Amino acid sequence: MTKLLALLAIFAALFCAPLVIGSEFWLNTVLLALYAALLGQAWNILGGYGGQFSFGHALFFGVGAYSVAVLQVELGLSAWLGLVVGGALAAVVAVIVGFLTARYGLRGSYFALVTLAFAEVFRILSNSVSWTGAGEGILIPLDQRLAALQFPDTASAYWALWAITLACFLAVWRLERSRFGARLMAVRDNEDAAAAIGVDAMQVKLGAMALSGLFMGLAGVFYAQKFLYLDPAIAFGPEKSVEALLVPIVGGIGTLFGPLLGAFALHGVAEIARETMGDAPGLNMIVYGTILVCMVLFLPRGLAGLGKHVRRAFRA
Amino acid sequence: MLEVTGLSRAFGGLKAVDGVSLTVPEGRIVSLIGPNGAGKTTCFALITGFHRPDEGRVVFRGRDITGWKPHRIAALGMVRTFQIVQPFAGQTVRENIAVGAHMHLRERDAALAKAEEVADAVGLGDRLGVDAADLTVAGRKRLEVARALATDPKLLLLDEVMAGLNPSEIRDVIPVIRAIRDRGVTILLIEHVMQAVMELSEHTWVLNQGRLIAEGPPRDVARDGQVIAAYLGPGMAERLAHA
Repeated sequence: MTKLLALLAIFAALFCAPLVIGSEFWLNTVLLALYAALLGQAWNILGGYGGQFSFGHALFFGVGAYSVAVLQVELGLSAWLGLVVGGALAAVVAVIVGFLTARYGLRGSYFALVTLAFAEVFRILSNSVSWTGAGEGILIPLDQRLAALQFPDTASAYWALWAITLACFLAVWRLERSRFGARLMAVRDNEDAAAAIGVDAMQVKLGAMALSGLFMGLAGVFYAQKFLYLDPAIAFGPEKSVEALLVPIVGGIGTLFGPLLGAFALHGVAEIARETMGDAPGLNMIVYGTILVCMVLFLPRGLAGLGKHVRRAFRA
Repeated sequence: MLEVTGLSRAFGGLKAVDGVSLTVPEGRIVSLIGPNGAGKTTCFALITGFHRPDEGRVVFRGRDITGWKPHRIAALGMVRTFQIVQPFAGQTVRENIAVGAHMHLRERDAALAKAEEVADAVGLGDRLGVDAADLTVAGRKRLEVARALATDPKLLLLDEVMAGLNPSEIRDVIPVIRAIRDRGVTILLIEHVMQAVMELSEHTWVLNQGRLIAEGPPRDVARDGQVIAAYLGPGMAERLAHA
């Protein structure tokens, strides 16, 4: 219960960000951090709670993003319909990938490689067919009305993102105290032992894939509607997949707050590196990289694990 | 309750289980014994769906479950434990047992309450908040039993729950197993600890090199010439008879 209160308090504070932050630049930074938290939490459902490390989560992001773009540009349909279709289609694609990998017993690094391969296949396909705009990308015509699901200013985009992210975090909060979540973590920790006490590993994995894919797809829809432009590298490129997995790994894998901590820590570090090393081009990336390596080396359970250490030290 | 006929499974050229037939009646504690490598654990794996038999049939509660997946067999009421304990490490004892309790209970609170009740029954009541990875061997063995028990099984297959325990720990576990039977759960044991087999089980089958070589009440089986030969080597039966 305290966890839910903490979550709601944090999101209440995040809701106020556009009212408090005057600078467009800093609001945009917070927006990007929140957006990273959404990607990270979506990945965390499958990777953190399900123990299946996907290296191709861009696949679901891209399916969501292209769905909403193509539906508007090619078919002239509403972006709101695109929101529903994008989320649903991403979930369906995730279930198909999940079924194929589970059917052939691919776990660990094989699972990671196959997900990466799927994302790459989609990147190449979207680069080749005409209705996705191929290599030139796809441009969503500007129409800043609520009916077109576009955002007249950063604040309204921020609040839309806030709502999706809150839904995602609440879903994970619920997951942690549900039968489905208990089964998912059991399969993660020991698939045979879980099966022996009646857990259908396939069903549980597909459920996690669907949920993870859904929120990744919604993140894709948000991206498309915010930036109004997509190309195959943005939608399906490995950078997106890496961002989605880096955030929870830094923040604390398989924890509710990990992705939030990770997202703000990574964006904070990136900003500080840029501010302080501004003059020498590339130096900020070196500092950023070094800090990242140190985090992974010294905090294998992420920033959320650090909290546990401190609490244990105080109790002892 | 459980009827196994002509169960066989070969791995490469090795017949691990060869034509095993046995019938487990309801409400009893029965056991499967035999020297190391006799095929006992493979037998369990075949009965509970972890391996597919080459030949033979498994009928449980009147249904042919041959070739079923483990989780479906568990849902029908036959649950096994593992000889090499398989805790969900990183989760607490309470959470571990709750996974089993969730088989029939959807609500988290109900499953956690059930987990506590089962933990009390197997003597883990004071370790509920402990990480399963931090338990002693004896504790982990109890956790295996607790997790299985939380599913409310009709038939419990216990694979060497006493192996690795010291004599006083074994003395503690024996009444726990008897209490489980008294709750109406039929039990099939695999066991090396003869003291436990003698005290607990009413009927035993002896497996050697994949084949059943004897069956009957444990005390009679222990005097069987073939059984002594399987455990101690040929000729020992005669020498024991003369001694």
